Amino acid sequence: MRLRALIAAAFVALAPAAPAAPAAAQDLMIARSAQPFPEAMTALQAAIAARGYTISRVQRVDVGLENRGYKTDKYRVVFYGKPEEVARLAAAYPDLIPFLPLSVAIFAEEDETILVTTNPALYAGMFPQPELKPVFARWEQDLVAIMEGVRKAGHAWLGPEP
Amino acid sequence: MHRILIFLLGLAAAPWAFGADGAALYSRHCAACHGDTGNGGIGVPLALPSFQASIDDDYLRRTIRHGRPGRVMPAFLALPTEDVEAIVARVRSWSKAPRMRYPDIPVTGDAKRGRKLYDAHCAGCHGAKGEGGHGTGITLSRPRALPVMAPALNNEGFLVSATDTLIKEILMRGRAGTPMESFLKQGLAERDIDDIVSYLRGLQKGTALPASTEAPVLVVESPYDLKTTVENVKRAVSSNNFLLIREQGLDFGLVPEGREDRSRHIVYFCNFQFLNEALGVDPRVGMFLPFRITVVEERGKVRLMAYNPRRLLPMFNNQELKDLADELTRRTLAILEESTL
Ligand code: HEC
Ligand code: HEC
Repeated sequence: MRLRALIAAAFVALAPAAPAAPAAAQDLMIARSAQPFPEAMTALQAAIAARGYTISRVQRVDVGLENRGYKTDKYRVVFYGKPEEVARLAAAYPDLIPFLPLSVAIFAEEDETILVTTNPALYAGMFPQPELKPVFARWEQDLVAIMEGVRKAGHAWLGPEP
Repeated sequence: MHRILIFLLGLAAAPWAFGADGAALYSRHCAACHGDTGNGGIGVPLALPSFQASIDDDYLRRTIRHGRPGRVMPAFLALPTEDVEAIVARVRSWSKAPRMRYPDIPVTGDAKRGRKLYDAHCAGCHGAKGEGGHGTGITLSRPRALPVMAPALNNEGFLVSATDTLIKEILMRGRAGTPMESFLKQGLAERDIDDIVSYLRGLQKGTALPASTEAPVLVVESPYDLKTTVENVKRAVSSNNFLLIREQGLDFGLVPEGREDRSRHIVYFCNFQFLNEALGVDPRVGMFLPFRITVVEERGKVRLMAYNPRRLLPMFNNQELKDLADELTRRTLAILEESTL
């Protein structure tokens, strides 16, 4: 009996470490990886795939800028989605189409890398259909895990991935 | 059973297992902008000894809660109190000096005189109305003009966070290692500084970006079929000074090549000068690149869709993006209109 209470207490102590942290939701998700751009990009693509998404395309924004004489560091946008989900949502909720597939911007800051994306929780305020709520919530959870995964790939001391 | 218990307690004791592990929380919420060791990136370097000496814990707490509306630094309203405390402790761990407190006692001075002194000594860096240096200190992937931008002093978040005595201390001592110098050393008297503090306290607050109630998506119907509409969009894109980047199905790259759904067609376009300017103001806008219009055919009806930049603007909390968002909305509407004439 006492033992069970103790185990419960141990779980309570663990609870705040849950990765989703939706209570702390900010409109933008932004993360810094201590890894240089190529490694962070590899970590990002692996983290996206690990959550069951397909990467559809990588837009090389920096290349376009440099070809026209503008100075920039590495800057890419990674598009990703789940094929059936994109098709289903586009058919049922056409207003979502401009926001599909999902994307993460990734760019170098000197020898580190920054990732930025919209927090999908924000979409719930734009598209109030109740059926979409769990979709946005899942995207948010996945993105938290993806961003944390990339961050932690460069920060061994932060502990294991969520 | 016993072993499970020991394992669980062991887990709970690992530093990352606690919700209030300051280093991990700081890394998650703050490091993207302020650097992992408080060395700066965008925003001021929080580890700087002269910064640490001129603030107190309450200033940090309130800054985390209120942010800097319109100046990029977000307001962390939903963080649990213990997380805020853990982050404050983390930020303070970079300083070995004794922690100061700047009590909330009003500094009284002559604000009118303070205004003149401000115009002469401060406006050059902090702006005529205290609106701060341009560029918001956001540089990230951009070449950097200044190591630290002058913060906005008319900012609601700053004015709520800083007590009069704290502001006075900053002016008396300055912040060594930044362009912000001690004004005692520059020849002002303590009375002058009191006058400036009174003036700052009464500054008219800068405008934060209000939440937008506009529709998230701009939509127009096309009287033409899908193929003609796509051609019209491409023509309108170039006549509005954009460059066609590429066109593809919405599901390109998600389904095998040749199997894309032809009823949802994306036209990507860009204007590199505009893009360069926007990324210079705030590189975080890039996730909405390249600009796009999607042509959708549904039950015989053809519609053109684009996200509404003005609706997306508030998420960046950067007032300097406002004109660019207005401009992009205007240009997108022009393309939509021209494509459906
Ligand atoms: C999206 C970027 C961003 C994030 C995330 C961010 N900040 Fe800031 N912060 C800024 C910017 C930019 C400023 C300067 C605002 C100005 O120029 O007016 C600032 C200012 C500050 C200041 C005031 C500094 C001074 O000189 O008085 C403190 C303190 C601070 N931030 C702490 C934090 C903490 C702690 C966190 C995490 C909980 C955090 N910030 C998260 C961008 C950010
Ligand atoms: C040469 C440019 C320059 C001048 C002149 C200048 N400042 Fe600053 N000031 C800065 C910079 C840069 C910072 C940020 C320092 C840091 O990183 O902590 C700053 C910080 C501050 C701060 C702390 C606010 C914050 O959020 O960090 C206050 C208050 C301030 N200045 C007030 C003044 C006043 C009042 C004057 C005129 C008496 C003045 N400054 C003159 C550049 C300047």
